[in-house]
Amino acid sequence: MSVSETRTGAGRRRAPASVYASAALRFLGVVVVTYLGLLAVTFFIGRVIPIDPVLAIVGDRAPASVIAQARKEYGLDLPLYEQFVLYVKNALTGNFGRSVLSTNPVMADIARVFPATIELATLGTIIGAAVGVPLGVLAAVKRGSLVDQIVRVIGLVGYSVPIFWLGLIALLVFYARLGWTEGPGRIGIAYEFTFTPITGFYLLDAVLQRDWGAFRDIFGHIILPAALLGYFSLAYISRMTRSFMLAELSQEYIVAARAKGLSESRIIWLHALRNAAVPLVTVIALSYAGLLEGSVLTETVFAWPGLGLYITNSLQNADMNAVLGGTIVIGSVFIGINLLSDALYRMLDPRTRTR
Amino acid sequence: MKPLLDVKRLGVRFPTRTGTIEAVRGISFTLGRERLGIVGESGSGKSQTGRAIMGLTPANAEVSADRLEFDGIDLMKAPPRLRRDLRGKRIAMILQDPKYSLNPVMTIGRQIVEALRAHEAVGKAQARERALAMLEAVQIRDVNRVYDLYPHEVSGGMGQRAMIAMMLIAGPQLLIADEPTSALDVTVQLDILRILDRLVGESGMGLIFISHDLRLVSSFCDRVIVMYAGKIVEELPAAELARARHPYTRGLLDCMPRIGEQRHPLPVLDRKPEWAL
Repeated sequence: MSVSETRTGAGRRRAPASVYASAALRFLGVVVVTYLGLLAVTFFIGRVIPIDPVLAIVGDRAPASVIAQARKEYGLDLPLYEQFVLYVKNALTGNFGRSVLSTNPVMADIARVFPATIELATLGTIIGAAVGVPLGVLAAVKRGSLVDQIVRVIGLVGYSVPIFWLGLIALLVFYARLGWTEGPGRIGIAYEFTFTPITGFYLLDAVLQRDWGAFRDIFGHIILPAALLGYFSLAYISRMTRSFMLAELSQEYIVAARAKGLSESRIIWLHALRNAAVPLVTVIALSYAGLLEGSVLTETVFAWPGLGLYITNSLQNADMNAVLGGTIVIGSVFIGINLLSDALYRMLDPRTRTR
Repeated sequence: MKPLLDVKRLGVRFPTRTGTIEAVRGISFTLGRERLGIVGESGSGKSQTGRAIMGLTPANAEVSADRLEFDGIDLMKAPPRLRRDLRGKRIAMILQDPKYSLNPVMTIGRQIVEALRAHEAVGKAQARERALAMLEAVQIRDVNRVYDLYPHEVSGGMGQRAMIAMMLIAGPQLLIADEPTSALDVTVQLDILRILDRLVGESGMGLIFISHDLRLVSSFCDRVIVMYAGKIVEELPAAELARARHPYTRGLLDCMPRIGEQRHPLPVLDRKPEWAL
């Protein structure tokens, strides 16, 4: 590899195209292997659990001939490895079959409920990071002080108090008593039938249609559960930020920055936090991925029609197609987020770029 | 003429749960526009002395002094803002290992420019010009390339040159070099010393050279202070090192091997508790 040659050029050097090509190939390989692993695990789980998918579809009173026919139709009479190939093929085309519960294709169901979860998780993570990171920085800078203790308690409460209880209390206080926010659900009854979703992300849809009344209503609905999820992830993010910052602030380059006569705020926010951001990105990304799974408890309390609620309902009704479809979607999202945080990591840390 | 730096009974203490650790115990010295070497083993308080002058002792440290004056400024009474303005601008410090003392996610050029712009209102283009000139002054050949490199992309010697450039760009009158060559290869050490020698000589700044290497210090400095357990045990002109009287200094000198000699085993330091009194 002619990396050293390209370095001698003036200014910022660029890696040759072949480096990018091989990196992209490696990247693709990782995706394929991880995804196959995910499919294998879900397939295996689907086969070993004591639920007969055929029985769930045709019902337990169907005659033996119908059961045999259904078995054939779903490819369940084939050898296991052929079933797996079929399974992979279906998964790749997004064909998870129909949901027993809703009778819709599972993919259509997920397309309906997933945006609700994404919207909630995104807003929650934004709140969690926007509040958690500064709190963590503050706690690290004022280590051992009252501020540090307060941040510690805030985090501890967020981490240990059951989220459904907090949710109910929040509804009671901010919706029922104070009337500052809207109640459960994604959208109020006044807009429910006039509002047409385009993308499924209601806030975005309202903006696209310049329907500000609906926007305010939707925001009033989402803010409470989002703040709750944000608080939950804030607890973790602020703790991690604090410890990453403490590690950075004790480094020699911080002494050097002080010796240069830089201002304390520049040292903290530009030098230390910029270095702490490298591992922090992974923490925030994983916490985001966790929220994207759909937080069942929050979605239940706030009657939020999201993925967590959908999968839980499906599970309780032995709707295996829906459960497996949902699992694979969540798994894919997890893989995607991990790759994204990997890419961000590379962007933030120059040491990981040159090899 | 008033000295550049006047230190009288400087002390640095670290209160801990099990009692107070006295890192520096009432040392006094003055410094003009000369080169002063401070020698001592690890834990002798030489680094904390340098950091106390910079105002960079750890947050839990207690610094006391009957007098700590830089160019007529009472550093003990100076407000934090003034001390910050002095740092980098008039008193600078070179740290030991460029691997750790340069910010890993910032290019070398940006770190140098930042040091300059913290003290002078110069435009971006002009700051870049000055930084490039400074990199040239520390004998980096391909300055435009090095300017855009990250610290991990350069060698230790190159990193330490960048460090020197970063600390000298604002033109300080006093430079504290805290083990500036200890982390480097022997061959590179000489290069770095030569660069320091020339830059210090040209600008006529005062230098405090902190090291554990007695011979290196004596060949590089005008005057040598030997520290042991937070105190100065001996102070003498570098040329008269051979006439050192204190048993600790003698011990340090005696345990150095000489080319062509046959001494087995080499004598080791025999520390006496009364030295620390």
